Order: sequence, then C-alpha cells, then structure tokens
Amino acid sequence: MTAACAIRLNSALTPEQKALFQSPDQIRDVLATARTIAIVGLSAEPQKASHFVASHLQDAGYRIVPVNPRGGVILGETVYGDLAQIPFAVDVVDVFRPSPEVDALAEAAIQIGAKVLWQQLRINNIPAAMRVREAGLVSIVDACIKMEHGRYSGGLHTVGMNTELVTARRARFAGSAF
Amino acid sequence: MPLPRSFGFETRMLHAGHVPDAETGARAVPIHQSTSFVFHDTKHAAHLFELKQYGNIYSRISNPTTAVFEERIASLENGTGALAVASGMAAQLTTFLTLLSPGDEIVASSHLYGGSVTQLTHTLKKLSLKVHFVDPTRLENWEQAITPRTRLLYGEIIGNPRGSILDVERLAKLGSAHGIPLVVDATFATPYLCRPIDWGATIVVHSATKFIGGHGNSLGGVIVDSGKFDYSSFATLADPSDAYHGLRFHDTFAHYAFLMKARVETVRDTGACISPTNSFLLIQGLETLSVRMERHVHNALHVAKFLDDHPKVAWVSYAGLPDHPDHALAKKYLPLGPGAVFTFGLLAPTPADAHEKGKQLIERLQLFSHLANVGDARSLVIHPASTTHQQLSEEELVRAGVGPEMVRLSVGLETSEDLLWDLDQALEGIP
Repeated sequence: MTAACAIRLNSALTPEQKALFQSPDQIRDVLATARTIAIVGLSAEPQKASHFVASHLQDAGYRIVPVNPRGGVILGETVYGDLAQIPFAVDVVDVFRPSPEVDALAEAAIQIGAKVLWQQLRINNIPAAMRVREAGLVSIVDACIKMEHGRYSGGLHTVGMNTELVTARRARFAGSAF
Repeated sequence: MPLPRSFGFETRMLHAGHVPDAETGARAVPIHQSTSFVFHDTKHAAHLFELKQYGNIYSRISNPTTAVFEERIASLENGTGALAVASGMAAQLTTFLTLLSPGDEIVASSHLYGGSVTQLTHTLKKLSLKVHFVDPTRLENWEQAITPRTRLLYGEIIGNPRGSILDVERLAKLGSAHGIPLVVDATFATPYLCRPIDWGATIVVHSATKFIGGHGNSLGGVIVDSGKFDYSSFATLADPSDAYHGLRFHDTFAHYAFLMKARVETVRDTGACISPTNSFLLIQGLETLSVRMERHVHNALHVAKFLDDHPKVAWVSYAGLPDHPDHALAKKYLPLGPGAVFTFGLLAPTPADAHEKGKQLIERLQLFSHLANVGDARSLVIHPASTTHQQLSEEELVRAGVGPEMVRLSVGLETSEDLLWDLDQALEGIP
C-alpha cells in the first residue's frame, strides 16, 4: 500500500484527535471492507442529509439498515427501532444523532459486535469515540461517510472538490482510489 | 507505514486532481470533448439529477477534464473545492447570483477592472442588488459602508490598474465580525504569489484567462471556496431551494454547499460554462505556473525600475517599488513579488499632452503587443482610459485612479534587456 496523503481540510478536530479518529488509512479500509451499514437517525424525508447519504451508500453497493424509532420502511429497507433489534450483523454504525446521544449508541454498537462507530460531520463525542476505540472498534468522528466515500471513489472530484489526494499511480479500477 | 504527506505547491501544480485512469493510464489529462455522458440505467440517471450520486450528466454542469482543472486550482488555493466557468466575469457574477437575493448589498473596492465596475454598477442594478464602492486603502471606508443588508465584500488583491494591494487579513476580520463573506479576485496574483484563503478570505475568484492559462489562448474563470464560512444564516444557502424540491444546500452539503449551489443551480441556469478544451489549456498553464510567475515578477521589477529612473517618465505605480504606498502590504501578502501588471505615466505639461505622448509610446513599441489582455507570456501594453476603463464616467475614472496619461504594462517572459531596449527606443522617439 502506498503512503497516504494528509487530509487536512474541513475538520474541527485537533491534529491529535485527527490522528485517532480520521485516519485516511482506517477510513479507506472501512470503506473497502464494510458491507452493512446501520444508519442511526436516518430520515424518511428524501431531501434530508441522512437520506442523501443512505441513497448514495446503496448506489455504491452497501446494504443500509435504517435505525429510527418511527419504524416503517426507508429506501426499501425495514427500519429498526434501535441497534439491538437488528437481527443480523452490521459492520458500521453510522450516527446522525446529536453528540450527547452517542454515549448510549457507543455501548449499543459494542454490544451488537459492530466493527466501526462512525460519527457524522459536526457530531463529535470524543469520550464515546475513545470508549469504542478501547473496545477494539474503529472510531471515526466528525466526518461524512458519503463525502469520504466520494473522496476515494472519485465522486467528489467529479464536482470539482479538493480530495487532497495526490498520486502518479494508475487507478486500479474505474473510478476508484481505494 | 510512512506518515501521511502534505505535498508542496509545485508537486500539486502537476499532479493534484488527476489520477491516471484505470482503463488507459493516459499521463496527460485527456480532453473529454463531449456534451453529455451515458447513464448506467434509469435509476442512475434519476439519482444524478436528484444530486444523490456524484457523476457527469452534461458538460454545462460538469465535465471530467474541467474537474481536473477545478480540483487542481482548489488544491493550489487551499480551498475546499472549485467551479470553473466561462470567464473571470462569469466567475464573479456566478458568485453574486449564488449568494445574494434582491435587495442585498455589496461593498466593493473602487480599484477594480473597468468591466467589473460596469458589471457591479449596471448589471447588478437590474437584479436589484446595490453596490457601495469604497476607496479600499482605508479599512474605515469599508466599515462605514456596511449596512444591515450588506451580504458581501469584494475587492481585487492587486487592483487593476493602479496596483493597490488589498489588506485581506484585516478585511476578512471585518467581514467575519459582521457575518459577511469576503470575496477576493486574485487574478493578478495567482495562487503562487498569494493565497487569500490563508489570510481569511471566504471565496477567491480568478480570470484564469490571464496568468493561470498564461499563453493568451483560452478564456476561463474559476471560483474557489474556503469551506470555512458559516452560511447557516444566509437565506440563499440555508433556506429550502425551490429549484431542488426544498433541498437545503447548507444542511445537506455542509462545506460544499456554496459550490454545489453555484454549479447545479446558478451555472446550470445561466449556462456560463467553460469548454473542456479551454480547461485542458488552462491545466497546461497551471503545470508551469510557479516557473512563469517567478520570471514574470523578475522581469516586472526590472522594467519598473528602469522606467522609474527614466527622465521622461513622471511616475511608476508598482507595489514592488519601495515608494509605492502599498509596498509594505505587498511585502506581507505577496512576498515573491506583486505580480507583473503595473502602470506608469509620461511627463507632460497638460493631461491632453500626456494622453498624446502615451499613444505615441504605444505606437513606437516593437515587442510589447498592443491589446486588451494581461497575463500573457508575451509582454502587453494598453492605454486604460480609452480602452479597458472606457465605459467609466469621469468620476469613476478618478475613483479608480485611471488618469489620461496612464499606460498599463503586463510584463512577459522575454529577455528582460530586450524589454528595456524596446521601452528605451520608444521613449527616445517621443519629443
């Protein structure tokens, strides 16, 4: 694997926190290996940010699992009231809830055996992030999983955004820098 | 595992924004001269139109060659992203149309390119946008012009043509204190000489036609956003968009909101898009930007000093000379040199006489091309009062500092002694 480029823009974290919770290598690894992503706080409204993220992840080939006490079906997937109700394994718990709620979600993510707790952009509960890290999970904070996927899959580049990726290596397959 | 690397300016000038593609491995950036792009299926098409997937639909909105130019310039400016458009004029208009609503106000420097003054004064008036022009050299002028309706501050980092330097850091702080974004036209500087975002500017616009392209062959403009401004109270970005089923750009796209809206609403609707071939030529320009700019500022200083010492020259206005009022600001913001465009005037007893002598000088020059552009690899000359700033009123000309005797040079990459020879022989022939 080649050396990663430093990703410095658009983060409220300190450099020390970035090293723990926004490692480009870890993010690339999560995106390359995860298959099932539970999205806590996914909205049924098509114009909400969480809905954009879920739709994008589905199009990219991930199975999304909506978690929302309102229940029902979103984007063709059954909505579960909480993480404990999901009857199959999930790789990533992606959080669209305010930071104070992340403590309980971190415990639940550990309980269900998730491999990753991902706190979305502007959500940064550092103690909860440390807790899951100590429990052996990958812990991502204050980052958007759609934007990160877009960074490494070429999507963000398509709309002129600064991915901060610099390499003279040939892409391994179409539209990917994983 | 080696530490993550932050690559230098020159490296990014050559590599940022372009990963050689898996299929062909083409090393040069391919020119995707295609209006439109085939969808995988109907669902893919729908999701692209809903903005739920990133991807190309139509080159009015995005294009793979243009995307390389955009990401590269965003990287060089330390911005979160960029949007390339048809010209520098389109870049600033796109910015205004994206951020402002009817009734909003702009406070702008009066030291602007004549075409910009015209756009701000007349075209924006048709859209019920009001502009207050201020002498940019005193911060209190900006502060006094701010009203509760002010939504944008606008200035050129190196003012055209007088060469005044915008105090970006202090102006950005003023804007920030009032919740107003600062938009800086950095055309004359290029990201090699000054990166306004590093000093707090919100948005940077360029006429890429000039030094970025650098060879006088392609029109283009570009808008770079810092991604750092809080647009949550900006109606145009925070409120639901009628043009996208109530989408709230700020909520959904966060630090990409301004650029996404500018692309998928403003440029989609105005059609002020760039040609892919022009994007390619501008990328070619970027790849040698640092080398050319070093030479441009070297030659400019050489020529400016020569003219400053010449007995027939009354004044030279180049912030690289110690007697320029903004020399200290130039050293702060443009330590490698304040660009390669500057003005001078010939000694003459009356304004009419000065105007006449300026015209004679232009007629006698052999190497300086007489045309209406700047930033070419070749040296250029023009008389602003009768050309680039001709549409301005007498009062506006005074405000912009454009006198009848003023001659503007854009110093190119020729052998600098040859440029001195040319000016010398032309001045020699003037009575």
